[in-house]
Amino acid sequence: MNVINDPFTWVAGLLINWLSTFMPPDAVNVTMAVVRAAFLAIFALVMFMVMTWIERKGVARIQNRIGPNLAGPWGLLQPLADGVKALTKEDITPDHADRLVYNIAPILSAVAALIVFAAIPFGPGLIGADMNIGIFYILAVSGMGVLAILLAGWSSNNKYALLGGFRVVAQLVSYEVPHVLSIVAPVMLAGSLSLVTIVEKQPVWFVLVLPASAVIVMLSGMAEIGRSPFDLLDAESEIIAGHHIEYSGMKFALFFLAEYVHAFAVSCIVTALFLGGWRGPDIAGVTVPWLWFFVKAILVFNVMVWARGTLPRLRIDQLMAFNWKFLVPLSLANLIVVAVADRVAQGLELTAGSWPWALVMLTFNTAMIVVAMALVGAAGRRTRMVREAPVEPEVEPHEEAERGLAHGPEPAPTAAGAH
Amino acid sequence: MLQDFAFVGIFIVVAIALAGSPLLLAWLIRPAKPNPIKSSTYECGVETYGDAWVQFKVQYYIYALVFVLFDIESVFLFPWAVAYNQLPLFAVLEMVLFILILTGALVYAWRKGDLEWV
Repeated sequence: MNVINDPFTWVAGLLINWLSTFMPPDAVNVTMAVVRAAFLAIFALVMFMVMTWIERKGVARIQNRIGPNLAGPWGLLQPLADGVKALTKEDITPDHADRLVYNIAPILSAVAALIVFAAIPFGPGLIGADMNIGIFYILAVSGMGVLAILLAGWSSNNKYALLGGFRVVAQLVSYEVPHVLSIVAPVMLAGSLSLVTIVEKQPVWFVLVLPASAVIVMLSGMAEIGRSPFDLLDAESEIIAGHHIEYSGMKFALFFLAEYVHAFAVSCIVTALFLGGWRGPDIAGVTVPWLWFFVKAILVFNVMVWARGTLPRLRIDQLMAFNWKFLVPLSLANLIVVAVADRVAQGLELTAGSWPWALVMLTFNTAMIVVAMALVGAAGRRTRMVREAPVEPEVEPHEEAERGLAHGPEPAPTAAGAH
Repeated sequence: MLQDFAFVGIFIVVAIALAGSPLLLAWLIRPAKPNPIKSSTYECGVETYGDAWVQFKVQYYIYALVFVLFDIESVFLFPWAVAYNQLPLFAVLEMVLFILILTGALVYAWRKGDLEWV
């Protein structure tokens, strides 16, 4: 049974037994760490291929196309074909670029995405390093991707790349705020920053306890990796692909890789924080935690593909307004509501982690979401009324517009559409 | 704990190797036929005028300032969140007050019109 439930630990055990026949214990530990790191990183790379395939097939189906279907059965070998193509493409470095920074940027981008996987719990004990600051480490490391984008945008010595880089940094830095503030909520309830502990504290999945946090983390996570509808970083129609305009061949592929590996990392984080991680039903002793985690993460990624297939790209001012005027206030309110609701539930003598407790939390959360939606709806109505009101002759049109801006937040249609 | 960070160090080395090896492989097998037109800066086909490294006013730097405010807030929030289950009601209400003060800062920036994209 153990072989099915946790084949990785089983194989690792065999490997340790074999290694210790000719190695001192310390050397075995170091070798096993290297093997674990290599396995995780290669797993991430394989997932990159699977992700691109799922994405292309999914979007194709949404658009009533077939998608890749020539390379291998159901086009499964398409990512490999793409890889070979990227390898054999000529690599162009523009004359005026800063060569060192230009070459470091794609590597830094890929490394920043890959090393997130050191702290993701794929199952009990199936984690690279169970740090007690797990989620903090992930936030810190994935922030390095922004640096890579700024390096790429600046070093290309291209005006579009520079503008794209600046704009992307503004976007990523802004969406970091609701992302971090909403991750605080599950940390509060679990009382730990370690992702393993957070998963263990979820007999009731946190998505039912903290639905607002779950949605905000998902949305801002999508924005932070620049997934559509927040894919302003490669808005072809405005800034011709932004920071990676000058990159070609394998270096471009590395940026692409970073984006998809990061997308999978965000799916994994959402799974671990809100969807109960590796928890699943126990069928006659077969629990297969690694499979449950994998299935949930793939499902979360499919939601991203769905969003990409159905939603149009936001304008940059709408994007920023949606963040600063809706997500940030909502995540601040969410923190207060969660803190108060949990104390109220404790006042009612409900044990944390039980269903009645979850019901109380859910009620508070739903009330908050309803109020937020009502406020956004009212603001949107007000803006629309101002915009559509017949222009009176004695008022200058631009004054009218200014009054409309001062009146209320812009993002109403966006916010309503995203939920 | 130290062992965990040693693993992270090993992981970073492995990740750099994995990201660098396809670049190395591509360097071995890709063609390289540069010419002046090909390696000029690509800006929609129009001939490039001047350098991109000029002093440039990023009007939306104010977002970065507001971001710093909230990032510092999260530095204070995380220790509080970890200890939340053991905290007395007073400490919880104190943090609620702290969050409300920061909301005041957000409202101020909003009222000043600094949250508009220019």
